[in-house]
Amino acid sequence: MELVKLTIDGKETEVEKGTTILQAAKTVGIDIPTLCFFELKDMHIENRPGSCRICVVEVQGRRNLAPACTTRADNGMVVKTHSIRVLNARRTVLELILSDHPAECLTCPKAGNCELQKLAEQLGVREIPYQGAQSTYRKDTSPAIIRNVDKCIMCRRCEMMCNDVQTVGALSAVNRGFMAVVAPAFEMNLEKSPCTYCGQCVSVCPTGALTEVDHSRNVINVLADPEKTVVIQTAPAVRAALGEEFGLEPGTLVTGKMVAALKRLGFDYVFDTDFAADLTIMEEGSELLDRLTRYLKGDKSVRLPILTSCCPGWVNFFEHQFPELRDIPSTAKSPQQMFGPVAKEYFAKKLGIDRKNMIVVSVMPCVAKKYECQREEFKMNGDPDVNYSITTRELAHLIKQSNIDFMALPDEEFDAPLGESTGASVIFGTTGGVIEAACRTAYEVYTGKKLDKVDFNQLRGFENIRHATIDFDGLPINIGIAHGLGNARKLLEDIKEGRNHFHAIEIMACPGGCIGGGGQPYHHGDSEILKKRAAALYREDANKPIRKSHENPFIIELYKEFLGKPLGEKSHQLLHTHYFDKSASVFIEE
Amino acid sequence: MAIIKLSETKLQELKEVCKSFNNDKGELINVLHKAQSIFGYLPAEVQEVIAKELNVSVAHVYGVVTFYSFFTMTPKGEHPISVCLGTACYVRGAEKVLEEFRRILKIQVGQTTPDGKFSLSCLRCVGACGLAPVVMVGEKVYGRVSPDGVKDIVAEYRN
Repeated sequence: MELVKLTIDGKETEVEKGTTILQAAKTVGIDIPTLCFFELKDMHIENRPGSCRICVVEVQGRRNLAPACTTRADNGMVVKTHSIRVLNARRTVLELILSDHPAECLTCPKAGNCELQKLAEQLGVREIPYQGAQSTYRKDTSPAIIRNVDKCIMCRRCEMMCNDVQTVGALSAVNRGFMAVVAPAFEMNLEKSPCTYCGQCVSVCPTGALTEVDHSRNVINVLADPEKTVVIQTAPAVRAALGEEFGLEPGTLVTGKMVAALKRLGFDYVFDTDFAADLTIMEEGSELLDRLTRYLKGDKSVRLPILTSCCPGWVNFFEHQFPELRDIPSTAKSPQQMFGPVAKEYFAKKLGIDRKNMIVVSVMPCVAKKYECQREEFKMNGDPDVNYSITTRELAHLIKQSNIDFMALPDEEFDAPLGESTGASVIFGTTGGVIEAACRTAYEVYTGKKLDKVDFNQLRGFENIRHATIDFDGLPINIGIAHGLGNARKLLEDIKEGRNHFHAIEIMACPGGCIGGGGQPYHHGDSEILKKRAAALYREDANKPIRKSHENPFIIELYKEFLGKPLGEKSHQLLHTHYFDKSASVFIEE
Repeated sequence: MAIIKLSETKLQELKEVCKSFNNDKGELINVLHKAQSIFGYLPAEVQEVIAKELNVSVAHVYGVVTFYSFFTMTPKGEHPISVCLGTACYVRGAEKVLEEFRRILKIQVGQTTPDGKFSLSCLRCVGACGLAPVVMVGEKVYGRVSPDGVKDIVAEYRN
């Protein structure tokens, strides 16, 4: 390792060769402001176009100012990060960016979380001396994501996420100069592009240019309707992140407070998507075992590996990009969409109410769930199984505007029966969790033996692509795990080429899994936050009295009373789905 | 965007072009150049084919096409008219010549007549300043063009 010595603001530091001035400055406690720069450490996610010029610094002997995010530290370098020349240039750059940015901060959905707003505050901008034309563009609303390009500052973070990390290829910078915008091909609406609604563009956008479609107002309206029984389900990853919106340390579990808040908001029943996750394991695990045993018996028609299907961004991805492989993923619906029909076809009947008078709302760490619940195949006679899906962020807004002092809330319990869950379902919210939950059940069902230890540590972690072999009492089961759609693509290409010998693969569209979902509180590039959220879910799992889905007493009862058996006729009808080929050109209208 | 049926032979030619560049995504700009010379312009369908052949997103191809002003998504006319607006032509009245083309053809610079016969563009110096003002129709050069002469040039190609 070669080291270089340099001086930053009079402080000497020694860093590895290749380190940027931005990183080197951090070693001596100097935080140079950035705007377009973005990274998620340890996840190979980085955006460094060097285009915004907010991070410029003065390097002795160099004629022009240097962007700290792309300039490498060198031996003997003398850097000034806050000289008068730097401060003036930085302010001018920001003022110029602001001169082409709508001053709508009061009503902007990104208010309070906007990095541009924060920078203007930090640099003490009090007026914008430049006046001229502002670039404008039409607003594009899709089922899950809104593009308000007027607020785009061309940092290219969304493009990096969409193309390099997710390999979706929905967005690109188009046109040039003042007319440049980030848009889908032929400037069509996002809905017509191969967008998966994973929402990773939303989660990295520094401004309000990309936001989720807000359904919180619809929720307020149904809560006020006395005719409706309003049921809410909360996804596992929400409880590990919601606290951040109220100033709590990342990784603080707020399950009890969240339930208490939802009851105070007026939901008639506060249920848990975790219950449906246990149900997913029953169906998906059975499907895995069914395919596996038939395969072992020599049935050549069986296709392996089986791929998980809980993640709607991932489902959209393979429908668009790998339609020829759409017979491999499990046909099990996602937990959100399993919960819907169980609530409306089972629980509503138990209550003696018509399904039209039951409204199912979900709180999700996800943006794609908004699209998923609108899919035609998840409706019965036009009535959606899940009516509205709101993000963790939208829930925080609902709580704040309802005058609930979140921190003062007591811990309360989910309602029975659809609020009971196991440790297995909690870890659905992080990469590796779904397959671990499936292994716990599949192992015991297949071998007929009890697991000594339910933790499968070899399936955990944050590596982009992981594999492990689990011993099913003499039968080695090869498991693959990928998080992030670009990593998923690699596994899928291996399958296509026949290079892949996995029995089962778990895929989650978002880096880190649902804890890093597009609907979570903004992490602003801090990957430690994601790790703490994941750790919180494993903690919740470890503390649960029951940690295997098939031991959930309410799941057992639901099968006995209503569903029959996993993969049975009723299950097939309510809990399984099919996939579509969406690869056809969407840009050219007939 | 309406579906424009691409001719099979031209489509095959395009695929051959991609192949000659080893379907390398780094050769996108070169492929686009050749594609524009095959089709005269770069309609959405052509961009989709190129994206597929080079294994890049259509959004990316479109991004490159819209970045470089040389690339166009508007079909050129059967007889592309270019009026030189270089310094020599300009001082000898090229502006008025261009104005006359716009009036007669009822199109703006960068547009094509509805019948697909003519398209109008302007360029900077064709290296024939001695003939200023200069107009090109396809490969043919017209020198010392006056606004009055414009209608005769157009008439030459009308049938």
